[in-house]
Amino acid sequence: MSTAAALDDEQLRARFVELKPALAAQAARIEADRCLNCFDAPCTAACPTHIDVPGFIKRIASKNLRGSALRILDANILGASCARVCPVDVLCEGACVMNRQNRKPIQIALLQRHAMDFFWSSGETMPAAAPGAHKVRVACIGGGPASLACAAELCRRGARATVIDRRDLPGGLNTYGVAEYKLRASDSVREVEMIRRLGVEFRCGVEVDSADSLEALEAGFDFIFLGLGLGAMQRLNIPGEESEGVMNALELIAAYKTGHLRQLHGTVAVVGAGNTAIDAANAARRLGAETVYMVYRRSEAEMSAFDFEYEHAKQEGVQFLWHRKPVAIGRDEPGRLLLETVQVRETNGKLEVVPGTESAIACDLVVPAIGQSPLTQLLQDLRGVEIRDGKIVADRGTGRTGNPKYYAGGDCVNGGREVVDAVAGGKRAAMAILKTAEATHA
Amino acid sequence: MPDITVRNFAGSIYSPNPFWLASAPPTNTGEMIMRAFDAGWGGAVWKTIGEPITNVSSRYSAVDWNGQRIMGFNNIELISDRTVEQNLREMAEVKKCHPRNAVIASLMVESNREAWHEIVTRTEDAGADGLELNFGCPHGMSERGMGSAVGQVPEYAQMITEWVKEKARTPVLVKLTPNISDIRTVGRAAKRGGADGLSAINTINSITGIDLDTFTPRPNVDGKSSHGGYCGPAVKPIALNMVQQILSDSESALPLSGIGGIGSWQDAAEFLLLGCGTVQVCTAVMHYGYRIVEDMAEGLDNWMREKGFKTIEDFRGLSLNRVTDWKHLNLNYKIVAHIDEQKCIGCDLCHIACWDGAHQCIHLDRVSGSVDGHVELHRTPAMEQAESLAAIAETPVTRKERAAAFAQGPYPTPLDRIPRVDETECVGCNLCSLVCPVDGCITMVRVDKDVAPQTWDDRTRERACPVEPSRS
Repeated sequence: MSTAAALDDEQLRARFVELKPALAAQAARIEADRCLNCFDAPCTAACPTHIDVPGFIKRIASKNLRGSALRILDANILGASCARVCPVDVLCEGACVMNRQNRKPIQIALLQRHAMDFFWSSGETMPAAAPGAHKVRVACIGGGPASLACAAELCRRGARATVIDRRDLPGGLNTYGVAEYKLRASDSVREVEMIRRLGVEFRCGVEVDSADSLEALEAGFDFIFLGLGLGAMQRLNIPGEESEGVMNALELIAAYKTGHLRQLHGTVAVVGAGNTAIDAANAARRLGAETVYMVYRRSEAEMSAFDFEYEHAKQEGVQFLWHRKPVAIGRDEPGRLLLETVQVRETNGKLEVVPGTESAIACDLVVPAIGQSPLTQLLQDLRGVEIRDGKIVADRGTGRTGNPKYYAGGDCVNGGREVVDAVAGGKRAAMAILKTAEATHA
Repeated sequence: MPDITVRNFAGSIYSPNPFWLASAPPTNTGEMIMRAFDAGWGGAVWKTIGEPITNVSSRYSAVDWNGQRIMGFNNIELISDRTVEQNLREMAEVKKCHPRNAVIASLMVESNREAWHEIVTRTEDAGADGLELNFGCPHGMSERGMGSAVGQVPEYAQMITEWVKEKARTPVLVKLTPNISDIRTVGRAAKRGGADGLSAINTINSITGIDLDTFTPRPNVDGKSSHGGYCGPAVKPIALNMVQQILSDSESALPLSGIGGIGSWQDAAEFLLLGCGTVQVCTAVMHYGYRIVEDMAEGLDNWMREKGFKTIEDFRGLSLNRVTDWKHLNLNYKIVAHIDEQKCIGCDLCHIACWDGAHQCIHLDRVSGSVDGHVELHRTPAMEQAESLAAIAETPVTRKERAAAFAQGPYPTPLDRIPRVDETECVGCNLCSLVCPVDGCITMVRVDKDVAPQTWDDRTRERACPVEPSRS
């Protein structure tokens, strides 16, 4: 089955029904009317891309939906997917002043989605910029949110941008890595199409992995933006990790979203307790696994997953095993995987094994999901782009790296945050690149 | 328990409470009025009786505001479309079943003496407790020389009132139109004509809006519209002002039945405080039904208990002399805004309202040191917004980051979002307290202690006549 054909799979849609239904038109207007229209609004300040939230909400109230959508896109070109995937509890909705008045924040995400759904369904397009207002050419490596935002911003301001990605489809984790009940791959691809119409050129299935390919890019472009995302998932570093039946969380998510993984059964053990781990555990349940364990070294209080994600996983029937650390992966007699674990306790900030607590979980699939680490060795070695703690070192406000030709943003710089953070990073880099280019050519 | 009975209104009208239904669709038939009385209404002014008319469809339109339906309401319906006989037969039945409720007949006939004499006699024979002369209907009937065509010409209003008084045995109320430059002129004419009381106000000429797809104003009658009569919550302030004007003028002051945007006990209490003896309600009933009277009666009762009023007469008109000409207001009275930091939710609407709509004295710069004084000393709203947009925000992905992002300070709202008032510049205009969405957050505090009152009138008189003891 081809990747593209899998994107609108009926079975997939039925299993991964959207978590939150859209607002009906009048419900949206009632909610929009509830917004106080704060000055210099805290929701806008909390949003990494600083969407003018009261601005787009009041446009919904006045039935100016086109204006509302353009207001969103002006700040965040991935406004449609962010409306679905943002952890708004800790961003705009968490900052809403209503939390301090009648306690229920404005449903900003659903309103944003309402405006963006209108934009798509009515066939609206973004106003095109005059091409060539800037002569600068930029290559954006990696096809995820950071590169998309950087390239879109450049093209909207009249520069030229090319997005280069090793996968068949652009969109990065938006296409391959977000739980299907939050964002469908087809919606991500549609968003990419809008960016293409702004004038962004896409080169897919192209790997930039050698000195030669870097040199070729440098010859063809004035600046290079690194929106590499995170590289391979971090390894567990335990015996048996290479066994068949071990598949990391992002692989699992990409496999079911592209239709390559349709059914699971038996028991699945997910190692880790972050948001991606939860996406993988929920997916395992929906794909048919009867028992899904999340195995985490620390306690409930220390897991990095958002509260609403944790609640969601519990509702899906995921079981949590706290203070357990995997030590090896083996096989039992009938040939099932055995995830061998041991209880750990924290003493003086260090985890230590509790003797005599060894136990094994017989399972059919082991899913490591304990954080991700970037793969950027090449740049460090060849181009002086500094890497620290596995992250590219770049200026926070501009994304500029140690090498003036290279800018960077998104997960490869921030170590793994949200789509909206990547968009903000890409946008800031685009503006910094244009500023530098203008200064150079002035 | 407070007594809210109305006795001897405009001479002899009795009503178990001051809440009447205005002459309008809710009082179209005897069946409706009896249901209204069962629901608790004290009186009803019958939908205007006269020669039956033919109505159009549609007839109503409304103005919604920020999601709230019917802030204002508009109609182009005419008087009763039922025969005089039918209305009067039902009126007799209503009086038989509800002898203690007030039934007032609203009347409108062509402008000749015999026609008025005849209708007055017939309605009183049917048992009406009083008559209300409809000199106010602003649409349709006025084109036929009735309604506001009479109410806009004091001489006609006086003449017809005199004709009616020649025959009437029950109190005669004249219903006034607000569609005139000074409502008192017709009130005075009615009083000269011998009226026993007044009703005010009738509806205000209006076009409520235009359909932006068809370009036809509402209500749409086959592609055309006509100006209608505006009423509902939006008109209450206009009505209160006119009520005050009428009752403050000795030549027009008469027992008054207040009308205009009344839908709650608070609205009713306000009209009574200006001196009305009864109030009339229409739009709120058309919106929600007769049942609203229950809360109106209960709420008024509660309020009267709380204030220690035993009867309506204990507070009727208490606020009338609190309205005066501007020149009699104390120029030395000084209040300034005060923001309660514990209540502030950080919307900063007071800040932007003060900057863009008032006097630039509510600022966000408290944390950078208190700088009081002129506008130039402060950051402008545009500077503040630019600063916010330039700031880098990140999703707090770890527990530690989230704890820091949502850390609780000394106040519920971060201090840099709580505006502060520069009292040296504050003019005490009230705007901030009006835009603040939180009850009791912004209060206006009096600061003019030990300054003697002085009005504009005082000041100009002093200038005109310099203080010279010999001349006094």
